[in-house]
Amino acid sequence: MSGNKHKMRVGDSPWVRRTLIGLTLFLTFILLVVPLFSIFQQAFMKGAEHYFTSLVEADTLHAIGLTLVVAALTVPINLVFGVMLAWAVTRFEFPGRKILMTLLDIPFAMSPVVAGLLYLLLYGNNGWIGSWLYDQDIQLMFAWPGIVMVTVFVTCPFVARELIPLMQQQGREDEEAAVILGASGWQLFRRVTLPNIKWALIYGVILTNARAVGEFGAVSVVSGNIRGETNTLPLHVQLQYEDYQAAAAFASASLLAMIALITLLFKAFVEWRQERSLKIESDKEKQVTQ
Amino acid sequence: MSILIENISKHFGQFQALSPLSLNINEGEMIGLLGPSGSGKTTLLRIIAGLEGADTGRIQFGDRDVTNLHVRDRRVGFVFQNYALFRHMTVADNVAFGLEVLPRKERPSATEIKKRVMHLLDMVQLAHLANRFPSQLSGGQKQRIALARALATQPEVLLLDEPFGALDAKVRKELRRWLRGLHDELGFTSVFVTHDQEEALELSDRVVVMSNGHIEQIDQPGALYASPNSRFVFDFLGNVNVFEGRFEEGKWHNGIANIERPNTAEPKDGQLYIRSHEFFVSPSPTDTASLPLRIIAINPIGAEVRLELTPIDWNSNEVWEIDLPHKAFDKNCFEKGQTVYVTPKAGYFFAADAEKPILLNWEH
Repeated sequence: MSGNKHKMRVGDSPWVRRTLIGLTLFLTFILLVVPLFSIFQQAFMKGAEHYFTSLVEADTLHAIGLTLVVAALTVPINLVFGVMLAWAVTRFEFPGRKILMTLLDIPFAMSPVVAGLLYLLLYGNNGWIGSWLYDQDIQLMFAWPGIVMVTVFVTCPFVARELIPLMQQQGREDEEAAVILGASGWQLFRRVTLPNIKWALIYGVILTNARAVGEFGAVSVVSGNIRGETNTLPLHVQLQYEDYQAAAAFASASLLAMIALITLLFKAFVEWRQERSLKIESDKEKQVTQ
Repeated sequence: MSILIENISKHFGQFQALSPLSLNINEGEMIGLLGPSGSGKTTLLRIIAGLEGADTGRIQFGDRDVTNLHVRDRRVGFVFQNYALFRHMTVADNVAFGLEVLPRKERPSATEIKKRVMHLLDMVQLAHLANRFPSQLSGGQKQRIALARALATQPEVLLLDEPFGALDAKVRKELRRWLRGLHDELGFTSVFVTHDQEEALELSDRVVVMSNGHIEQIDQPGALYASPNSRFVFDFLGNVNVFEGRFEEGKWHNGIANIERPNTAEPKDGQLYIRSHEFFVSPSPTDTASLPLRIIAINPIGAEVRLELTPIDWNSNEVWEIDLPHKAFDKNCFEKGQTVYVTPKAGYFFAADAEKPILLNWEH
């Protein structure tokens, strides 16, 4: 294409361009790349053997397990919640719809620590609901259910936020067409709605999962930091570091970093798939019109 | 199947989309709902389909009261303005959808479904595109697939929302003829929405003209064209010039212009509606009328030449349009900028206080 040769706009001095690109690359390097590498460098500080022994330590293994369990519970809960919420606000008109969409952003706007505190005040043993639950012999705070609850809170906007704009843009005509053709509610969702929102949904799940695994602030308030019981991986990293086990802390941290890298790869793949499906469609359209 | 619509009304918030209206549609009839945007025609169509609930009134398909029946169970065919084809399914899967979602005991076998889909695709002459995706089709092809999909469940009522709105003129004409043929062959009852008067007049058995949520006129196309019964219908059917006249001494006056009153018209102030082809054009006034106009554009359109004219020393809200046969145009050698006088041959008169018009003929 001839357009590519002339990417520079009229009036852009080459100096401005070089400075901006150079500065961006430099900052990316020192802010993002160097710390990421240093995690692995620190983790292997005492050799590969030490790295692996510190990972298979009982408390670390427990932290890994708990983190995976929390993510495994949080993701499906927010998947269902996100789809329901997106469906409700894009397919129905009801009073309070706009407010609901604003409320959805609370977890993004509020500091996670504050969220953790709110849950602690509400569900803790002296709390409003917590004291009643305590009488029923149910403990949520300082136990894994509390960790799941705050993680669900912190990650609940991701799926809905991905779906709402897409579903708004696609409109309800497809669904109306399906109902007129006789589809039941479930047939409608599985055969028409779900395929239309598939990639956005996967994207939302990836983001939810990444945040659920990495959440620190809210979880640290409600977990109580009981080693081998209520310690998730991010909390465990901090504990180890405070115990002067720097290499072990970085070994645990390297796991989180790897999860992040895998998430990025997966995210790039989903974006590529989304783009490709759009591109194939437009290419074919061109063929037809030619 | 016949459709009975009785006292149906609908409002959205403060906005009265439909005032109570009634309409009887006979079995096998093709009805065009014609009106400008906001006239309530699409709302009425969606209420018939069940996509929208009415505030008051009753709808009956044949003997069956469907007022409170869910869309799913009304079993109507519906073609959306933007086709609403399922983009992730092939053409064949789109057409098969209505059959595949049938309850198990009513659902035909997979081979039977396949056979019926191919038959439908043959009918819309697109069998060769069975494995394509909607995005690979042209507008006209999408439209025909949407129709095949709507007809797959053999509905007795077919509803179409602006079916040809997004197509170019040539495809539109072709599809119009084809749809009419299909309607006559299969015998379903159809209702379609359009804002294009030509489409409504060409395709419908009866045209329902709507404005502001109520029905202005229901008539066969010929009758509708010959005797529009209100100012709105006149304006909407188009190609009409309006002369606002003050009656004095046997003539209607407006500025320096005047038109003689035929004996059939009441001697009152009012408006004359004169269609664009009902005129003579001459270089000087005639006994019947003195309407000076300046030619501002000359457009040869098909069998006729269309002149656009503005009044000289009298008032009209719109530019006048007059269609002349090529012969009459060539004889006079009119030019842009020239002043001419026009004389009506036939028209309609709305007295200022009247709802209905009187047909006028000037003798020459």
